[in-house]
Amino acid sequence: MQCETISLQLAEIADGLNQLSSDAERHVDACLRCQAELAQYRKLLRALTSLRGQFLVPDDRLLEDILAVLRPPATVHRLHGRNRRAAYIGGIAAAATASAAGALVIAAKLANQRQSMAG
Amino acid sequence: MESAEVDQLIERAKAGDHLAFEDLVRQSYADTYTLAYRLVGDEEDARDVVQETYLRAHKGLKRFRGDAQFSTWLHRITANCANTYLGRRRRHDHEPLPDDPGIADLHPQRDPEQRAGIGDLRDQLTEALLALPPKLRAVVVLRDIYDLPHESIAEQLGITESAAKVRLHRARKRLRERLYPLGEEEQARAV
Repeated sequence: MQCETISLQLAEIADGLNQLSSDAERHVDACLRCQAELAQYRKLLRALTSLRGQFLVPDDRLLEDILAVLRPPATVHRLHGRNRRAAYIGGIAAAATASAAGALVIAAKLANQRQSMAG
Repeated sequence: MESAEVDQLIERAKAGDHLAFEDLVRQSYADTYTLAYRLVGDEEDARDVVQETYLRAHKGLKRFRGDAQFSTWLHRITANCANTYLGRRRRHDHEPLPDDPGIADLHPQRDPEQRAGIGDLRDQLTEALLALPPKLRAVVVLRDIYDLPHESIAEQLGITESAAKVRLHRARKRLRERLYPLGEEEQARAV
């Protein structure tokens, strides 16, 4: 058996889930080159497994982008930061103005009613 | 994140609690981004894949039965999205090496001896992975780093299980050849 024929099998068995055929196993037992190759595969697999604990660090924009695409449709175009604050203040001011105007109208009506009752 | 906490968030998110799903995103997006980057090999593309992943996860959350861990479920969706994305992108087999986006180790205390021995190898490996053709890279990343079973990998990539295995062995072989190039003497012996 040639080392080249066995090479891909070594890649397959390195994780321990499969076994070599008996012919291949006899070859590896007697072949330093294939033994070295198998050891390299095992080292490679350990290194690959160790990558699982490594995380890339995305910038903060990514989280904002993800959350933006997930927001319910009604809030997708929600304003952010200063604009949102300005919009809230504007809304409160508009509501206060409307309330004040309403109160003036009611007061004027009441005054008119009193005048007409007195007359 | 604790499993019980994740389970709670999932249940709340399934019941329509949008903030609970946002919490799940916050807890998992770095992991999802890392996998996406390892699969597509480009920062901007990885960002697109991550957004698509969470959109699909959000839509499909009610179908998540908890048979697998939430992270594994997300990995499968990410793999599927990346595969779709790569299919659309139709790049050449070999992609240019991108800039290093910065790597943080979340478990620095784990396996100190092993870490000392393979620290350099890991850096070389990260480069070697990105140099693989995307089809080979996807299988080795999903199987050997993220421990997804062949069946699941085949399903997400739209290939047969045997094709997934062949790709895996080819990918491992290429990585080994790149990381451990034969010396001149060995090359001469190999001819």
